[in-house]
Amino acid sequence: MMLSDTIAAISTAVGEGGIAVIRVSGPEAISEAAKLLRSKVKLTEADTHTVHYGFIMDPQTQEKVEEVLVTVMRAPRSFTMEDVVEISTHGGVISVKRVMDLLLQQPAIRLAEPGEFTKRAFLNGRIDLSQAEAVIDLIRSKSDRAFSVALKQVEGHLSREINDMRYTLVETLAHIEVNIDYPEHDVESMTSEFIKERCSKVISQIERLLKTANEGKILREGITTAIVGRPNVGKSSLMNALTRENKAIVTDIPGTTRDVIEEFVTINNIPLKLLDTAGIRETLDVVERIGVERSKAAVEEADLILLVLNGAEPLHEDELALIEGIRRRQVLVLINKTDLPQELNREVLRQYFEEGQIVELSVKTRDGLERLEDAISRLFFGGKLESGDLTYVSNVRHIALLKKAKQSLIEAYEASDSGIPIDIMQIDVRLAWEQLGEVIGDSAPDALLDQIFSQFCLGK
Amino acid sequence: MGYTAGSYDVIVVGAGHAGVEAALAAARMGCSTLMVTINLDMIAFMPCNPSIGGPAKGHVVREIDALGGEMGRNIDKTFIQMRMLNTGKGPAVHALRAQADKFLYQHTMKETMEKEPNLTMRQGMVEKLIVENGECVGVITKTGAEYRAKSVVLTTGTYLRGKIIMGELMYESGPNNQQPSVGLALHLKELGFDLVRFKTGTPPRVHKDTIDFSQTEIQPGDEKPKFFSYETKGSDNEQLPCWLTYTSIETHEIINGNLHRAPMFSGVIEGTGPRYCPSIEDKIVRFSDKPKHQIFLEPEGKNTSEYYVQGLSTSMPEDVQLRILRSIPGLQNVEMMRTGYAIEYDAMVPTQLWPSLETKRLPGLFTAGQLNGTSGYEEAAGQGIMAGINAARKVQGKDPVILNRSEGYIGVLIDDLVTKGTNEPYRLLTSRAEYRLLLRHDNADLRLTPIGYEIGLIKEDRYLNFLDKKAKVEAEIERLRAAKVKPSEVNPLLESIESAPIQDGSNLLTILRRPEVTYEMIHTLSPSEVELDEEMREQVEIQVKYAGYIEKQLVHVERLQKMEKKKIPDTIAYEDIQGLAIEARQKLSKIRPISIGQASRISGVTPADISILLVYMEHFNRVTASREG
Repeated sequence: MMLSDTIAAISTAVGEGGIAVIRVSGPEAISEAAKLLRSKVKLTEADTHTVHYGFIMDPQTQEKVEEVLVTVMRAPRSFTMEDVVEISTHGGVISVKRVMDLLLQQPAIRLAEPGEFTKRAFLNGRIDLSQAEAVIDLIRSKSDRAFSVALKQVEGHLSREINDMRYTLVETLAHIEVNIDYPEHDVESMTSEFIKERCSKVISQIERLLKTANEGKILREGITTAIVGRPNVGKSSLMNALTRENKAIVTDIPGTTRDVIEEFVTINNIPLKLLDTAGIRETLDVVERIGVERSKAAVEEADLILLVLNGAEPLHEDELALIEGIRRRQVLVLINKTDLPQELNREVLRQYFEEGQIVELSVKTRDGLERLEDAISRLFFGGKLESGDLTYVSNVRHIALLKKAKQSLIEAYEASDSGIPIDIMQIDVRLAWEQLGEVIGDSAPDALLDQIFSQFCLGK
Repeated sequence: MGYTAGSYDVIVVGAGHAGVEAALAAARMGCSTLMVTINLDMIAFMPCNPSIGGPAKGHVVREIDALGGEMGRNIDKTFIQMRMLNTGKGPAVHALRAQADKFLYQHTMKETMEKEPNLTMRQGMVEKLIVENGECVGVITKTGAEYRAKSVVLTTGTYLRGKIIMGELMYESGPNNQQPSVGLALHLKELGFDLVRFKTGTPPRVHKDTIDFSQTEIQPGDEKPKFFSYETKGSDNEQLPCWLTYTSIETHEIINGNLHRAPMFSGVIEGTGPRYCPSIEDKIVRFSDKPKHQIFLEPEGKNTSEYYVQGLSTSMPEDVQLRILRSIPGLQNVEMMRTGYAIEYDAMVPTQLWPSLETKRLPGLFTAGQLNGTSGYEEAAGQGIMAGINAARKVQGKDPVILNRSEGYIGVLIDDLVTKGTNEPYRLLTSRAEYRLLLRHDNADLRLTPIGYEIGLIKEDRYLNFLDKKAKVEAEIERLRAAKVKPSEVNPLLESIESAPIQDGSNLLTILRRPEVTYEMIHTLSPSEVELDEEMREQVEIQVKYAGYIEKQLVHVERLQKMEKKKIPDTIAYEDIQGLAIEARQKLSKIRPISIGQASRISGVTPADISILLVYMEHFNRVTASREG
């Protein structure tokens, strides 16, 4: 963490249509934005509080990336009292993301931490004293949430890949360090050829990972929405109705949705990632049990939970347990099958949920689907859902860090060609190792020392 | 039976490598200083290897010298071998290492101290501290002498409840069979200090005349030795070689066959030993696939036949040690003069210290050296000089001097100790420094001599020399930058060293940046009008060649400085700060960091906690300001 480096973040809700604003704040905000912008007036020479029309250019390909309006606000006349640049783009997720990616590839810019603009505004005297507590709450809640998101990713495929690359690098680093700190020890010398080989290995691994990221296989964005309920209440039908496709298998036999299925939809311009889960209930079937475990994980991960109940049956005890488990989250309760005679006791539900959270519908007749879409919109625009989904944000962060790590390794590689000694090459290799560590939230510097002493037998 | 024995500004307890630097620094800064030690014959004694320096450690010696300390000067007078290590690597990791005549080293240091006007030396064993109104104001010795002082520095090394272990044998002792200090250890516990049990060890010593050097490889010193002190300009010391041999299959068999008698494995040793300095039995067990280990034979001095067997630190029983020695090529008929041993001792938990090395619990009491959980003479001396400086500054009513991690390895060392603590004897390694390229062997004076001058440890004439060097280096770099050259002027040179010729005009600075171009070549092409000595030329070359990387690190340092400069008031109550995570609250309350920078390095304190702390402090400051206004 730094007090006064340059930070950037998307400061409007992620939605489609309208505009989106990216805010950049800090000493290098103007000069770094200027590097990416083609406009009539050079940004570095622009007066404060002026707006400039232009294009964000990819500095490598020199291609136009986005048509933008850029506002320059010079310190101290800005929200953070630092130099601030606000870039307004067409609001689509893809276009904001492209601009954000380019900004974060600049070495001087990093993604803002949760609540960091507000924090800076406060520390620089912009925000009233009475709001100190609110600022603290904001930082705490947002970073706790970010932390839980980060933790989830540590378990996944991404973290395995990253750990693998980091191991290659830390092994190389430990070897370099031993050569430096124990020059007379009988460990063979690390040659720059060997370091180059290791670097290019990791560079190609990063490239592969970035390629998957671009194809959207591992990194997708939207408000994560889990559809939960007992078997056969109509979860998959709901999903299909919302996606208007027929990807999930729909039958009358309980428990045929054995895995979590993801779909991406936009409802009233709000991007949602829908997760259809297996019915939550204890099961002995192994295959199904795996599905159920994943469902629980999906619920944990979700920003919004859609609980589907069967209106034609009384409330089941499994459902009561489920309600207990999720009542404090963002939940919409959907009473399905209103086309059939109703047996469900609404009074019980009202003890747990507010009126606005309960939606009656029939997926089969499509009656009430609009009411559901409106309820989602209300939650979103009422600020109850995280605007700017954190999975999305951390994905932008991941991509930026991966690109920075790749750049560091390229620099180490190129340095070796110009005859730079290994302890200088080490600087960039170590930087790459740390940047990859940041992706998975592992920044323990002691790991290198541990590696040195477990890999080599040293002593006097 | 107590009696008043004297009153001083500063008292230093202990006369090892930390104690001598602390005492000399305090005395030279004008404080009347008393140094008390158990045995005056053991001043600056080297109980383990007879050598000083190496990577990171050698850097510390340079830093001590740049601040006005003694270690560098003393080893320059008494070395029997000098080697610059890592010369094939970059300038940041070039490291000087000396073999010392350990007896001459001691005697020379003792003589320097005896000649120091403000310094009194006494033999005696300190058993208690005098505590009044919660502050440390003096010491009491075993013989009842009460000495009073405004600040006290403890540098008791491995003496606190020291216990020597060899195989089945175990007895209370300081290093090299000196008297251990038991009373003081118990007294520190009574005063409420947390102590930990650490372990270290030393190899056997053998007689030179019983070594068959023909079975070993010679390791000579440098033909043109460099020196640790910026003041040393030359030396006519005769150099002695070291010798390299290896353990054999037989050595490993002997050790494996006697592990049941090894205290490390039989559970006798309770103290934590350092990973980077394992005993030979440890190495053979942990790295069983390594067929042989290096053994260096190092002379302990000019006028002694004792040789130090580096690589063979052990606490095996005496009879096994002899068999191990005789299984090594060149040592088949060796005579063992001293047995190797492990030593256990009490050390302070260093997180009980402020970065000034003053204890938080007992104002007026400073601790330094191996007592603080480090290992190595250089690490001890580095802390010693800082503790001495800060004890004296306290007497003088001045703020402590605290070196940043970007200013010196001494800063890295002390910051690691007081911020993170250590769970094994702490050794400096260059990899512990984030800014290795800034903390070079060659630029210790540029980093620290202005500080040494300001606090009164560097004398006027040396400082003027330093300023002259600095100015000449800067002027020469400017000259190279301004010196435009045409392709026809430099291409013959470039072609002669197979460097790509230039197409357009350039300047000498840009040409010198090429790895294959040296300053000497540039100088031949276009000599400087001012005479530059070797040190200055080296400085120009390094600063120009690595400018890009140095600049990158400096930008980072500058940003971190802002966090170091945000001071946390001592009165802050972490338990009152809403929103801090519980772990952060506990750690912060324990360490009581002096700055946001230090707070951010405590493990378990997250960036979110730091943000919250900043917001709280800002709130606190504004409330205070509005009350005062």
